[in-house]
Amino acid sequence: MNRLPEWHYVVVVALMMLGLYIVIAKPNYVKKLMGLSLFQVSVIMLYVSMGRITGGTAPIYILEDGVPRPFVLYTNPVPHVLMLTAIVVGVATMAVGLALVVRIREAYGSSQEDVVAELDRRDEEQARARETSVILDAEHPTP
Amino acid sequence: METAITVVLFVLLFTTAVLVGRQRNLFAATMLTGIFSLVSASLFTVMEAVDVAFTEAAVGAGLSTVLMLATLSLTEDVEPRESRVSSVSSVSSVSWPALLVVLVTGGALVYGTLDMPAFGDANASVHQPLSHYYIDRAWDEIGLPNMVTSILASYRGADTFGELGVVFLAGISVILLLGPPNAPAAPPQTESAESASALTADRRAQVREMPVVRTVAKVMLPYIVLFAFYVQAHGDFGPGGGFQAGVILATAFILFGLVFGPKELTRLVPPARLERVVPLGPLIYGGVGVVAMLMGGEFLAYGAFTPEHPAHGHHYGIFLVELGVGITVSAVMITIYTTFATRPRTMTPYATLSPSEPPVEVGLAADDVPALPEERLVSAEEVAS
Repeated sequence: MNRLPEWHYVVVVALMMLGLYIVIAKPNYVKKLMGLSLFQVSVIMLYVSMGRITGGTAPIYILEDGVPRPFVLYTNPVPHVLMLTAIVVGVATMAVGLALVVRIREAYGSSQEDVVAELDRRDEEQARARETSVILDAEHPTP
Repeated sequence: METAITVVLFVLLFTTAVLVGRQRNLFAATMLTGIFSLVSASLFTVMEAVDVAFTEAAVGAGLSTVLMLATLSLTEDVEPRESRVSSVSSVSSVSWPALLVVLVTGGALVYGTLDMPAFGDANASVHQPLSHYYIDRAWDEIGLPNMVTSILASYRGADTFGELGVVFLAGISVILLLGPPNAPAAPPQTESAESASALTADRRAQVREMPVVRTVAKVMLPYIVLFAFYVQAHGDFGPGGGFQAGVILATAFILFGLVFGPKELTRLVPPARLERVVPLGPLIYGGVGVVAMLMGGEFLAYGAFTPEHPAHGHHYGIFLVELGVGITVSAVMITIYTTFATRPRTMTPYATLSPSEPPVEVGLAADDVPALPEERLVSAEEVAS
């Protein structure tokens, strides 16, 4: 515990936090999705960097006369498998997110989070006011 | 040397990420995310994760950039300078609560890395039981040079089946959200929409007249398709496989759509027919698993195909499964692109809010309620129709 943090991991965490900041702070939905993809790549990089072994080679058998050469140090292939599929699934889910942004933009005329929230709030208030007036009308019917 | 390359790449990566955050022009930001993906793919190569690097280069730098550009063409490509709601801070200023959350989370994560083994430590616990098992046995049990393919399609085949299911569901979701590409809902076009579409038609005509772009695309297309098939078939021996090949094949069609227009692409690949190709992959994948069960093995245990020589059965199984993955990934990606590209650009008036508008007081009569802005009502009607 009494040592400096490994700089590789610190850089990856910093990248991850940059993505998270964009997701939280930027009001534009497309920008948020960009931040999310930065975040995703950083997480993938964290996993891949954990699988790295100094002096290890890519996890593909080095063949000599049709059999693998003995005593070769390979990088850990398990994180590679998990992250490879995560990337493809990531782009597919991002496409769903982008489709939602297109629908939001068509419905609200804006793809800014603050504008959409404000329009929603006004809608709600108007509906509530209408409801109250209906109740008032029912209690004191106008002749 | 390796450390020097890693440092340079990390600096590039960090600079790009900061610029993505600061860039208000969303078109430029999209291009920067493409560069970010390419640089991170180089980093994956330095870390010996060749399959991951391959996928990231094809997906991040190619496909997701195109998808974002398609989205920008349907929304707007510049973030407004001023936020139009007074209560929320404007775009340019730093959001302090967000910064606090991010710093606390980042601090906690860095504190967590203190307990992690050193970078590149061969004795780290991550490497201990499982990966040794795979590295020691994959050659004898399956006999493919690329361990990643062996693990992906055989040892962890059920996991990959689930991932393929997610890709399939994402394709279906995009079709449901943005409508079938062949029957787009035609919204009433306003005057500005007509002029805008005339403008884009002009732009498209300009692209048509670009002989260099057209010729280069025509020359490159067959080689991209050939490369996709190579990656599909050679995934057992080197980096590659169904996921990468599917994405590369889709890139060829998307390039065709970008250069010659989405209409030409839908003429070449009718969306109605493409939709029927989308579920083929999970069917092939699951079918291979069920056939293995019928032949006396477990689900996705390909050794049952040729009991006298299980390694051969694994070769057949992995080939078929990767084929299913390739078919569905490419079909889903092409479908997603055509769905975005053929959706008519609806010119909903840009919503503007005046911050000075008084808040609604609850309890007023209906007549006293301030009316919604005019454009809001228009857009609501459009949604209803």
